[in-house]
Amino acid sequence: MKHETPLLDQLESGPWPSFVSDMKQEAERRAKNPDNIEYQIPVDVVEDIMGLLELSYVHGRTHWKHGGIVGVFGYGGGVIGRYCDQPEMFPGVAHFHTMRIAQPGAKFYTTEHLRNLCDLWDRRGSGLTNMHGSTGDIIFLGTTTKQIEEIFFELTHNIGQDLGGSGSNLRTPADCIGQARCEYACYDTQDLCYDLTMEYQDELHRPAFPYKFKFKMDGCPNGCVASIARSDMAFIGTWRDDIKIDQEAVQAYIGGEFVPNAGAHSGRDWGAFDIQKEVIGLCPTECMWMDGKELKIDNKECNRCMHCINVMPRALRIGDDRGLSVLVGGKAPILDGAQLCTLIVPFVKAESPYTEIKENIIEPIWDWWMEEGKNRERLGELMKRQGMQKLLEVTGLEPDVRMVQEPRTNPYIFWKEEEVEGGWDRDINEFRKYHQR
Amino acid sequence: MEYEEAKKMIVDGLTKKMKTKTKFYFNDLAKIIDLKPREAKKLINQMIQDGTLEYWSSGSTSLYGLKGAGKQAHAEHED
Ligand code: HEM
Ligand code: HEM
Ligand code: SF4
Ligand code: SF4
Repeated sequence: MKHETPLLDQLESGPWPSFVSDMKQEAERRAKNPDNIEYQIPVDVVEDIMGLLELSYVHGRTHWKHGGIVGVFGYGGGVIGRYCDQPEMFPGVAHFHTMRIAQPGAKFYTTEHLRNLCDLWDRRGSGLTNMHGSTGDIIFLGTTTKQIEEIFFELTHNIGQDLGGSGSNLRTPADCIGQARCEYACYDTQDLCYDLTMEYQDELHRPAFPYKFKFKMDGCPNGCVASIARSDMAFIGTWRDDIKIDQEAVQAYIGGEFVPNAGAHSGRDWGAFDIQKEVIGLCPTECMWMDGKELKIDNKECNRCMHCINVMPRALRIGDDRGLSVLVGGKAPILDGAQLCTLIVPFVKAESPYTEIKENIIEPIWDWWMEEGKNRERLGELMKRQGMQKLLEVTGLEPDVRMVQEPRTNPYIFWKEEEVEGGWDRDINEFRKYHQR
Repeated sequence: MEYEEAKKMIVDGLTKKMKTKTKFYFNDLAKIIDLKPREAKKLINQMIQDGTLEYWSSGSTSLYGLKGAGKQAHAEHED
């Protein structure tokens, strides 16, 4: 290796696989170049990144500058400029820009597609990737300014992939695997994800929002992409009729014929399946009971937590009148504390071309946030600052008891004059009949 | 608003502020031309396309500036 890295080496001594070992492996492979790749950026880029990281550990400070004017023509996002402040010592990483590549919907890859991406990145970048970044994108870590347009060209023309979002724009939407493989999916997450991605190309590539904005699609409340915590607008599949019960299959679970949770907890012996303890007793809304040999559910109390369905998937199934709930305002702790999304639309049908979702929900909310949002203010922060009432006003959504997280979360709801019969004027004589001065 | 008129307002507005600042939030630009964000965006996109403006990005936040204005050093508060 070009640089001594005792502090980095120490990170390899723990019980977990270390990114340091990965980088060393890549550095060696680049140096040997068994596949005769025509490297377009310095061959020792990985060694320099390790040297630079070691130096920043020694100094206890970063050696990266922040930001820059790099991007591909016409796009304001997708490339994140990173320049090193010790370019003489580490010329391989003088420029070390991050590229964000939109991940395939639900992260379905073919091996060929993965190979193409990696071959491109071996040739024109550092070979280091982050699969996947926290927004979901494929992160290509480190290339030079000159390579960016070349990579963009090859990516879009030969591999059929686009850059993802970065900066103050719509970030690459992300979805769960949905109906492609999962019987719990209440709508086609991949279709909605793709549809919104294509519809909002301008918002994705040309930043004009106060800050980032994320869509995430979960096909059911199990929330495999954790949309409620990880997006500004979460689309979570749900149903509004009854959970379908196959009573014979319920008995098969009780009799031990079917393993609970599809065998997911079979690593140790938990004893015989106990429907009372493991299903009915854990229903958060206490809406299940056994009536002799029949399992009963009071569906109007059920909040679709998925627990019973997850435990007994062969006996219980999601309902047939399916759609999704929309929740808004989730975010991580930067600027203000972390926040989960708040429910604003309990149920909407999720049918292509999703006009209702776009025109009645997404766009009015964007208009409000673009106009009223302060610079670097997330939607969730604007909601806190101006209030849920204001959000309902701009969307025209009717207040609904299901929007209330718990009683007394916000007692300060103010009436407007036009909402009160008779306005603010009152008949003082009528009033005095009941109240003395 | 006519494109050329908007462009002149933006160029004048940003040039005036150049001594203290070379990078601006989108909303600063929308205010200069006094349009709603969505309307302003169409015009501002076009100013990027024709090279009047350019994007600057920290990775998490995007700013706009007159093409070539300011140095990278601005981000480090050295100018
Ligand atoms: C329609 C009638 C009333 C309404 C709408 C009302 C509303 C409220 C609200 C919104 C709060 C704040 C609750 C909170 O912080 O969670 C409050 C607190 C309070 N209210 Fe009322 N109130 C009413 C009648 C009364 C009456 C009749 C009394 C006493 C005679 C009273 C005594 C208090 C007291 C002592 C507090 C607590 C103040 C504190 O914690 O500093 N309220 N009320
Ligand atoms: C001491 C070192 C660093 C610190 C404290 C730091 C901190 C942060 C923080 C707080 C964010 C989130 C910003 C936001 O979302 O508002 C962020 C985002 C990011 N950083 Fe760093 N960073 C450091 C070094 C780096 C380096 C060395 C690189 C790459 C060479 C890098 C690349 C990125 C990227 C690509 C993002 C994502 C921007 C986005 O889309 O939100 N960072 N960093
Ligand atoms: S969120 Fe629900 S529908 Fe989507 S993959 Fe997970 S369990 Fe299946
Ligand atoms: S989905 Fe959850 S709330 Fe509904 S019946 Fe099953 S356990 Fe109870």
